[in-house]
Amino acid sequence: MTVWQGPTVDAVYVVAILVFILGLRSMSSPTTARRGIVLAGVAMLIAVAVSVLLPGESNFALIALGVIIGGLAGWYWARVVQMTAMPQMVAIFNGMGGGAAGAIAAVELLVALGDHITAGLSLAGAIIGSVSIAGSIIAFLKLQGWLRSKPIVFLGQQPLNLAVLAVGVAFGGYAVYAGLAFWLLPFFVLMVLFGILFALPIGGADMPVVISLFNALTGIAVALDGFALVNGPLGDAGYAMVVAGTLVGAAGSLLTLLMAKAMNRSVGNVLFGAFGATEETGGSIQGSMKPIDADDAAVEMAYANEVIIVPGYGMAVAQAQQKVKELADLLESKGVAVKYAIHPVAGRMPGHMNVLLAEAGISYDKLFDRDEINSEFPNADVALVIGANDVVNPAAHRQGSALFGMPILDVEQAHNVIVIKRGQGKGFAGIENDLFYKDNTRMLYGDAQVAVGQLVTALKKS
Amino acid sequence: MTADLWTALFIGILAAFVGYEVISRVPVLLHTPLMSGSNFIHGIVLVGGIVVLGLATTPLEEGVGLVAVIMGAMNVTGGYVVTERILAMFDRSKKKGGTP
Repeated sequence: MTVWQGPTVDAVYVVAILVFILGLRSMSSPTTARRGIVLAGVAMLIAVAVSVLLPGESNFALIALGVIIGGLAGWYWARVVQMTAMPQMVAIFNGMGGGAAGAIAAVELLVALGDHITAGLSLAGAIIGSVSIAGSIIAFLKLQGWLRSKPIVFLGQQPLNLAVLAVGVAFGGYAVYAGLAFWLLPFFVLMVLFGILFALPIGGADMPVVISLFNALTGIAVALDGFALVNGPLGDAGYAMVVAGTLVGAAGSLLTLLMAKAMNRSVGNVLFGAFGATEETGGSIQGSMKPIDADDAAVEMAYANEVIIVPGYGMAVAQAQQKVKELADLLESKGVAVKYAIHPVAGRMPGHMNVLLAEAGISYDKLFDRDEINSEFPNADVALVIGANDVVNPAAHRQGSALFGMPILDVEQAHNVIVIKRGQGKGFAGIENDLFYKDNTRMLYGDAQVAVGQLVTALKKS
Repeated sequence: MTADLWTALFIGILAAFVGYEVISRVPVLLHTPLMSGSNFIHGIVLVGGIVVLGLATTPLEEGVGLVAVIMGAMNVTGGYVVTERILAMFDRSKKKGGTP
């Protein structure tokens, strides 16, 4: 029986890996991406199904139970969740992967504590997996709004975190060195604690970096588990995990760097800087904020040749994307050209704004990157900023500002700027926004959905 | 270190470069599905969970193995559904052209 099964399973894994790579590759274009992920899904299904055929396995009832519980829960949750809640969904499912990697490493440690190579690799997988699940859950709680999204800081935080990590790793190292499984318990407890402490000081607007970092970490943890399994009796599954895990580790690391670069900050600064914990005081901005009402704003846009819409997290919070589409359609019916300027870190995850606008049915031909659209602002009659703040703050051009050097959308170069904003508060970075005080800027106060709705009503009248 | 482990290391290094090359072509537009798609792909962890649970002998190993399988299954199905939902929206916007 087992003669044919081993090679068959291996062949399936090889094909699955090939399809995964092609699936990720298909994401270089929106026209092929969906087909790619469906193919990858089929490959994954088959790879999982044949994994029970490997020789020497038992506990099939437990395996079925676990797959059914986890599979149904994941499926149901991912189906019912609102599109606006996507960042926290990505965070929590990523955390589950990290937890699974940690649990696999735990079993490997129990089974092969005496084998120092396997145990060492498992220990590394356990560290990264535990940090990934704990950190992802904190990110989930912050994004869901169940935990304060401002950085949570206290005196001696970094030394404490470092101490927790060092003591935890020491417990784990001792468990492997002495072959005493008991010490794995404090090891795991401290690793999870470290993951929590690690994520607490990272604020909401830095989440695009953090989510992709945890994604990369889970990938690396999976790869490390794979290395440990390769050393064991059923190494075949290990190779598949090494390739898939490393693939994701590399992809996630690259995305993390891109996101940090979009804010002109190092990954280290994002993780340990507790950015936005303190507010800048006593700014030296000249002028005042000048309000506008929806009717005047609507007229201004109706007679424009070109309007550039700049969405931010405020649009996501208010779920205003449908209204934005309605507004854009009305403007276009009046002959106004409408474009969208998307900053890479607008929102709470990489590409967040693109997803929301796509949900509203806005064609992606109208969405432009920062690099593509910045030269366009001087030609625009109106730039409509909807709930974006730090990514349009010209303070980024001013030496000495905490935002200095961050590549921004040069909104202030448009002839007129209309900013939809809930109140007069500061952005996430806690820095006054010079843009709001410019002579050509008008403030339209209100919740993004309500304010855009008023613009739509006013446009229909005119 | 065993020969198998060296082999795995070679494969891992190559995979890292493949991951880097493949991802650097993805446009900003698709960063979310890229992230959630790679999230789905590390759901291969479920395979590892099945293997360790399949080989588990003590109640403790079985219990922890079951946790691994449940979490891995959530990762893989949740990651898939989220990615597919997002890409379906981009698909639709292409077909309808976005404007009425």
